Amino acid sequence: MASEDAPAVSCPLPLASGQHVLLAHGGGGRLMQKLIGDVFLPAFANPLLAKLHDGAVFSVEAGRLAFTTDSYVVQPLFFPGGDIGSLAVYGTVNDLAMCGAKPLYLSVGFILEEGFSLELLQRIVDSMAEAARKTQVQLVTGDTKVVDRGKGDGIFINTAGIGVVPPGVMVGPHRVQAGDRILVSGDLGAHGLAVLSMREGLGFGGGIESDSAPLHGVVADLLHSGVDVHCLRDLTRGGLASALNEIATAAKVEMTIEERSIPVQEPVRGGCEILGLDPLYVANEGRFVAFVPPAQAETALAVLRRHAVSHNASVIGTVTGSDEPLIILRTLLGTNRIVDLLSGDQLPRIC
Amino acid sequence: MKYVTEFRDSKAARALSEAIRRTVRRPWTVMEVCGGQTHAIVRFGLDALFPPGLTLVHGPGCPVCVTPVGLIDQAIHLASLPGVIFCSFGDMLRVPGSVRDLFAAKAAGGDVRVVYSPLDALTLAQAHLDRQVICFAVGFETTAPAFAAAVVQARRLGVKNFSLLVAHVLVPPAIGAILNAPGNRVQGFLAAGHVCTVMGCKEYDELVRRHRVPIVVTGFEPLDILEGVLLLVRQLEAGRAEVENQYARSVRRQGNPEAQAVLREVFEPVPRAWRGIGEIPQSGLRLRHAYAEFDAIERFGGDVALVGEGGVEDAECRSGLVLQGLLKPPDCPAFGIRCTPERPLGAPMVSSEGACAAYFRYRRRTDSLQEVRHGE
Repeated sequence: MASEDAPAVSCPLPLASGQHVLLAHGGGGRLMQKLIGDVFLPAFANPLLAKLHDGAVFSVEAGRLAFTTDSYVVQPLFFPGGDIGSLAVYGTVNDLAMCGAKPLYLSVGFILEEGFSLELLQRIVDSMAEAARKTQVQLVTGDTKVVDRGKGDGIFINTAGIGVVPPGVMVGPHRVQAGDRILVSGDLGAHGLAVLSMREGLGFGGGIESDSAPLHGVVADLLHSGVDVHCLRDLTRGGLASALNEIATAAKVEMTIEERSIPVQEPVRGGCEILGLDPLYVANEGRFVAFVPPAQAETALAVLRRHAVSHNASVIGTVTGSDEPLIILRTLLGTNRIVDLLSGDQLPRIC
Repeated sequence: MKYVTEFRDSKAARALSEAIRRTVRRPWTVMEVCGGQTHAIVRFGLDALFPPGLTLVHGPGCPVCVTPVGLIDQAIHLASLPGVIFCSFGDMLRVPGSVRDLFAAKAAGGDVRVVYSPLDALTLAQAHLDRQVICFAVGFETTAPAFAAAVVQARRLGVKNFSLLVAHVLVPPAIGAILNAPGNRVQGFLAAGHVCTVMGCKEYDELVRRHRVPIVVTGFEPLDILEGVLLLVRQLEAGRAEVENQYARSVRRQGNPEAQAVLREVFEPVPRAWRGIGEIPQSGLRLRHAYAEFDAIERFGGDVALVGEGGVEDAECRSGLVLQGLLKPPDCPAFGIRCTPERPLGAPMVSSEGACAAYFRYRRRTDSLQEVRHGE
């Protein structure tokens, strides 16, 4: 039952502190209805969700749809520059943007651990709502499950998203070709370092904030600017190095990138040096790489630099060949080396 | 970035490279001892800047690589015990033991945690008084003082549930072993700057005197290494054999007396087996008798000691030759085929300082190795 005592849609009352998620919050009964009515509905308020049907039914413009999903398990849940809630919205919005799509609707699935603080849940939900408002997407359907204490990590969030790809937009690795210029939208590694520093209590995170941000605005602008964007990819897990390797493999091309052109903030570079990490492989949540024809690289760069989220954009290299998939890095010293996929996570070194 | 960018300057690198080219008149083979230097050399393609007659071979200075299989097996055994929290530096986790690695022990339910400092492990012990916290004490003279300090601190605070599985090794005995080995072809050494920051240069004076071999204490940035090589070939061409200090911004001749004192207080040298190489006299450390209560093997008794004796290395792994500078990783028949970071035969393929890992990561394909060479 939608609870009769649900607070006004625009201004949810804060939950009393000290309350925790109970197994019954996922049990389908009154407590679950109360959770939906008190927490989710007011925050995500929109007509499609308000119907409380099994799914959302909506119309879209004629054309092609983009559809994506991602799960968010980050620890800590709140970190400098973001939290799991905004991340869960921006991440899926960004995946849609990388398809050249205008993001429209998101679903959200919460997996909550018994005992998780309802107050924290409220903060996370509010952050998701704020992120949805900023990116003009609607959270139109959802699900909540509660697992026994010890069988989760507080909260896991899955979001899936649907967007519309405008006519004429064709973005994907299959369009990458020799001669394309490679652009990154900003400095690398801040998200990974901010989260790692906080999670491990490393104490050098001061000043490093996650780059978590929505990218659909700058991508839309880029697509409207007349630049024939060949491929886009956000630089999440595995960082720039993994994204370039994936694209090189899919497109069967060789790329050469210049170490000196790849932007990395000083504190991030320092943190990576101390830990023995390579910023090329560190995760970002608000950065992407774009492949554009050489004649349009300057235009594309100018568009990117107009947006706050990508004002540090830089042309970092070129697609140099079309045979074996390979990423070559021209080092600061003018020598070459390969940038390969790692087999797993980077592990901090001993000395 | 201060203290980094200026040591990666391409003009200065070219000037040093030119100076090395002008200096070298005869073929020389020199070894960089430390795996951190190996990685810098391969990552920045420094060997492409050397003249053809100058051969750099990679040394045994990767503590992860030289930890014997038996010790890894002991670590896995301890990590799998109920009630134990097993702490390790990250790059130890993928090193294969006889049958599995610490990651597999973690997946099977062992509480294995990555720490960044021995003191983090001590803090964990204080926070989990009902558990036994064991920390894998790995590393050369660089990390040993930190583990020693953690033990001293544990005693001072009366922490009873903290112990070490000690795998520390020492650099000078390893250099001695390489020089004494039949078939040795190393004519000069770049010594590890961070080890000498702690220990000073005295032990190296002794090696130089005994073996008439030049040693240059060298840093880790590209320009450090190029300058270290230049100083080394100048000595070789002039027929000199001295200890020189390229890394003067960090290394004092006497080293760090406080670090040496705590190291001596807690640890004593013992003969140690090096993975793939064999036993080297007085090349390892163990806890002194006065600190034996912090020795995980003492604490957990006979089973653990037995586990350590059964270690079996993969017969195909030639890491012993790689670690002694007798084989370059790409020349190993298993390299990149039967030995990869996903399925390593030996530790050098997975350690962040391992030579095999460096080659696999930065120049896996032979054609790109050529490109790297012709990148100039």
